[in-house]
Amino acid sequence: MKFTLSWLKDHLETTASLEEICERLPMLGLEVEGVENRAKDLAEFIVGYVIEARQHPNADRLRVCIVDTGTEQVQVVCGAPNARTGMKGVFAPAGVRIPGTGVELKKGVLRGEESNGMLCSEREMGLSDEHDGIIELPDDTPTGAKFAAVAGLDDPMIDIAITPDRADCLGVRGVARDLAAAGLGTLKPLDTSAAPGSFKSPINWRVELPEQEPPLAPLVVGRYFRGVKNGPSPQWLRDRLTAIGLRPISALVDITNYMMMDLGRPLHAYDADKVAGDIFIRLAEPGEKYLALDGKEYTFDEEMIVIGDDHGVDDLAGIMGGERSGCGDDTTNMFLEAAIFDPIRTAATGRKLNVISDARYRFERGLDPTSPYWGSDVAARMVLEICGGEASELVVHGGEMNWQRSFTLRHSRIIGLTGVAVPENDAIRILQTLGFEVTGSGEAIVCAVPPWRTDVIGEADLVEEVIRIWGFDHIPNTSMTNDHVVPAPALTPGQTRERMAKRVMAARGMTEAVTFSFVSAKQAVLFGGGADELRLVNPISADLDMMRPSILPTLLAAAARNANMGIADLALFEVGPQYADATPEGQKTVATGIRTGQTAPRDWTKAARAVDAFDAKADAMALLEALGAPVANMQVSADAPSWYHPGRSGTLRLGANAFAHFGEVHPKVLREMDVRGPATAFEVFLAKVPEPRSKGPARSLLKLSPFQPVNRDFAFLVDMDMPAEKLIRAALGADRKLVSDARLFDEYAGKGMPEGKKSLAIAVTLQPTDATLTDEDLEAVSKKIVAQVEKHTAGVLRA
Amino acid sequence: MQDAESLKLELIGAVENASTVDALEELRVSALGRKGRITEMMKGLGALDPDQRREAGQALNRLKDQVAAAIDAAKISMGDAELEARLLQERVDVTLPPRPESRGSIHPITQTIDELTAIFCEMGFTVAEGPHIESDFYNFTALNIPPEHPARQEQDTFYLPPDESGTPRVLRTHTSPVQIRTMQTTTPPIRIIVPGRTFRSDHDATHSPMFHQVEGLVIDKATHMGHLKGCLIDFCRAFFGVDDLPVRFRPSYFPFTEPSAEVDIGCTRAGGEFRIGKGDDWLEILGSGMVHPKVLENCGIDPNEYQGFAFGMGIERIAMLKYGIPDLRPFYDTDIRWLRHYGFVPLDVPTIAGGINR
Repeated sequence: MKFTLSWLKDHLETTASLEEICERLPMLGLEVEGVENRAKDLAEFIVGYVIEARQHPNADRLRVCIVDTGTEQVQVVCGAPNARTGMKGVFAPAGVRIPGTGVELKKGVLRGEESNGMLCSEREMGLSDEHDGIIELPDDTPTGAKFAAVAGLDDPMIDIAITPDRADCLGVRGVARDLAAAGLGTLKPLDTSAAPGSFKSPINWRVELPEQEPPLAPLVVGRYFRGVKNGPSPQWLRDRLTAIGLRPISALVDITNYMMMDLGRPLHAYDADKVAGDIFIRLAEPGEKYLALDGKEYTFDEEMIVIGDDHGVDDLAGIMGGERSGCGDDTTNMFLEAAIFDPIRTAATGRKLNVISDARYRFERGLDPTSPYWGSDVAARMVLEICGGEASELVVHGGEMNWQRSFTLRHSRIIGLTGVAVPENDAIRILQTLGFEVTGSGEAIVCAVPPWRTDVIGEADLVEEVIRIWGFDHIPNTSMTNDHVVPAPALTPGQTRERMAKRVMAARGMTEAVTFSFVSAKQAVLFGGGADELRLVNPISADLDMMRPSILPTLLAAAARNANMGIADLALFEVGPQYADATPEGQKTVATGIRTGQTAPRDWTKAARAVDAFDAKADAMALLEALGAPVANMQVSADAPSWYHPGRSGTLRLGANAFAHFGEVHPKVLREMDVRGPATAFEVFLAKVPEPRSKGPARSLLKLSPFQPVNRDFAFLVDMDMPAEKLIRAALGADRKLVSDARLFDEYAGKGMPEGKKSLAIAVTLQPTDATLTDEDLEAVSKKIVAQVEKHTAGVLRA
Repeated sequence: MQDAESLKLELIGAVENASTVDALEELRVSALGRKGRITEMMKGLGALDPDQRREAGQALNRLKDQVAAAIDAAKISMGDAELEARLLQERVDVTLPPRPESRGSIHPITQTIDELTAIFCEMGFTVAEGPHIESDFYNFTALNIPPEHPARQEQDTFYLPPDESGTPRVLRTHTSPVQIRTMQTTTPPIRIIVPGRTFRSDHDATHSPMFHQVEGLVIDKATHMGHLKGCLIDFCRAFFGVDDLPVRFRPSYFPFTEPSAEVDIGCTRAGGEFRIGKGDDWLEILGSGMVHPKVLENCGIDPNEYQGFAFGMGIERIAMLKYGIPDLRPFYDTDIRWLRHYGFVPLDVPTIAGGINR
């Protein structure tokens, strides 16, 4: 919403400076987006009198001018064809920045002649594209005067952002009212008295709309003007519109635009002679079209409110008029429309057709329901004054709208909600200045809402009005108090676990990533997803149209991108959401990681190797262990999902409960994801990890044995497909009191082994607790171990 | 028989001349071994009369001790020298790089959430969460945003197919639905923050279709705008680590709060460098307000009994401001160079005790 300072002062009697106003506006909720103060920007540009313009001795197209600046005479070399002795122009001294080019003007010597300034063209002044010659000012312009003042450019333009609730500030008067309430002046009266009509309008309304609540067109007011003289608007009106970026068109059109910007009242002016019959308002026929004033053709559907005549549709209600019946310079009879249309319908239509207009902006935010009446009267006075002619009586469809409402403000609510003791008198005065009619006092301050404040619908809004104008700066800074000196934990055990998972992964040398929750449908299918309920209706692109069923596709895609940048050895993880379905329960937080390429860069110690399934298994187990999961009791089953290598992946589980998948990523998946080289992955389901016991000591009692442990190695010959885990468990179970650890340290198959057999070697730690082990003890336990392993694995002890 | 004194001179001389540990050992055996010269002489003592025997025996014992000590001393010094020589040979080029280890890092989003959680925890807040796929009731209607409200149109919402009952599903456009979910299930007092993912159908240099917000909600019988102001000023100053950070509250509009306020922090661009703190300019960082009575009613809370405030801010935005990260989109690009540069040391968990400013 743009306006100029002088425009504001049409409504606001004030001595406040531009700076004061601009400082206050945001504190009223009217955010200042920009201020254009050309008087300041152009302060150094002055009216210069060309005492003499003579031909440059060394250049055909240049002239050497002596310019009187009012204080001195300056020599300027000028290339403009119209530079001549005795003219008045715009002089820029050396050192200023030229607005049109952005270049700082320097003193110079042009072909041997000094030049200490410039005579400017309109383009150089940033006023237009005109660059055929320099600006010529009337002869009576005072030499040395500021150009901005002479050209009427010294009216600062203010641009403010209006929040959706403040439809009343979509006119300059609304802004003035707020400033007046805030004590920055007084709101000048506006003459909204009825402008009498002298004849009956030959054009009437024909409204054929389905009945609904709220009505689609509750109030439509029209007025016929005959014998008007259209043509260019007066300069002041043209300047105002130009200053806020609107193109002046013709007086009748400019008046409607001015009314919209000044009072927030959009109007439409038809050339009455181009209207055939009455003007109807109805829903469009599907497929109906019209050519709008923006030069584009729009096609309607049956829900859009349109306006037209016997010739057809020529107006999109509340949004944009049509080309056919609009006013032109030759218009002599005009029909003015001031309507209220259902804001919801207007917004929906505007959205569907993607038409953005100042009118739509105002209609959909809600107009003053009394404005069709006073709008036609204020406009009538302007039309008669500027274009002459005669105004008809009003033609009205609908009646006065039911907008009156009152709310009771309890004075105690102001301090209760804001913490500020605004004195009752001040609160009432603020509300009154904003246009509320206030009666009563204390806990029953009854406030009748003015028609332009469609946003006020309850007591809280009244409190807001009072504190907004009184000033948020008066609200105290009251720190939160906490009943507990030592704060209670902010995080649930589950949240703590997620947080911990991130730090554990990062401490293992992995880099945390945060990736999008959506993937392409193709990727989703690769990772077990692709359900229609998770497909975005309006994705940002086809690559991001499905909620991810796993974090792996986004991590693998990231790996591919990094590889393209020459970084192929990666360890990435993300602790984030994945979506099994569209319900809240379908969203799960999973700790997922990948490792790609080599475990480390090429190195002189030659320690690096390609990543493999056991890297992923180590990651998963380390994480589960850190989170307190009973990793030692977990089994590994070779049944990871389809996106893993079927022979090099597994699931860590306790019975039916799967805690994690790990393994190499399936080569086909890698190919689809454009990942070259090996990649391993793990997915740890954090919610599966049981929460720690909430009662009792967090640790079991540690019993340290004073006796030395003994290590014994065993090697067994087993079938090739015998899982190592089974052998280890057998050894561990052989004597639960003595065997404290069994670690596999060798797996061998091939030369020297019988066909279909492999050797598994374990190191068993025996930890006595009662006495040092004797040779007999050792012999006995070794036998037990061998027997258990042979029983469970059908393995044979190797000699 | 050689006398003890001359034997001593001879043997000590031999020790001094010995050049290897082996030579010394040979010498020890020849002197002190079972058939060694001193041992043989000790054996001969039996033939002497008692007085002579005592005297000679003492002399021989002294001799034996002296020779043994000399050999031991020589052995130690010779061992040191040999060790020294070996160590010199074992020398490596210590300027060689160590075995490579990968350095993990924590994403700035995580670090920032942990930081703000630490601060709000001090003020008695707990962390609440909610689903990303929401019904339009939680995301809009319950928050006093009716279907045709302009504010609803201004948010570019991602839609999913409706559920079985035909209710539209959306990706939450803000973390505010968790306000509703919490109020529906919790009896006040309520004091929560809600950090999490949010989604809007926007993709350009300064917008990402996914980003993070943190929501705050306080509901009880006495909390007013002064608390809102105090809470957020305390937060901003702690988070940015600027004790005298100017914080400004401006009236604004949100459908779910009344009165509503936008919050600016002071900043300066003096000298071409952006800095947060006292300065000549303001930077908007969050929206807030007193919870709208309709929102309380929508959650079954009596607005005549309970009141409170809510706020919301972009986590990327405050992270960018705090850590000088210039662009939004690389947050989700997973460019390893970016993550290593802007990431945090894994074990640097933000705590109030250790300070949350790095």
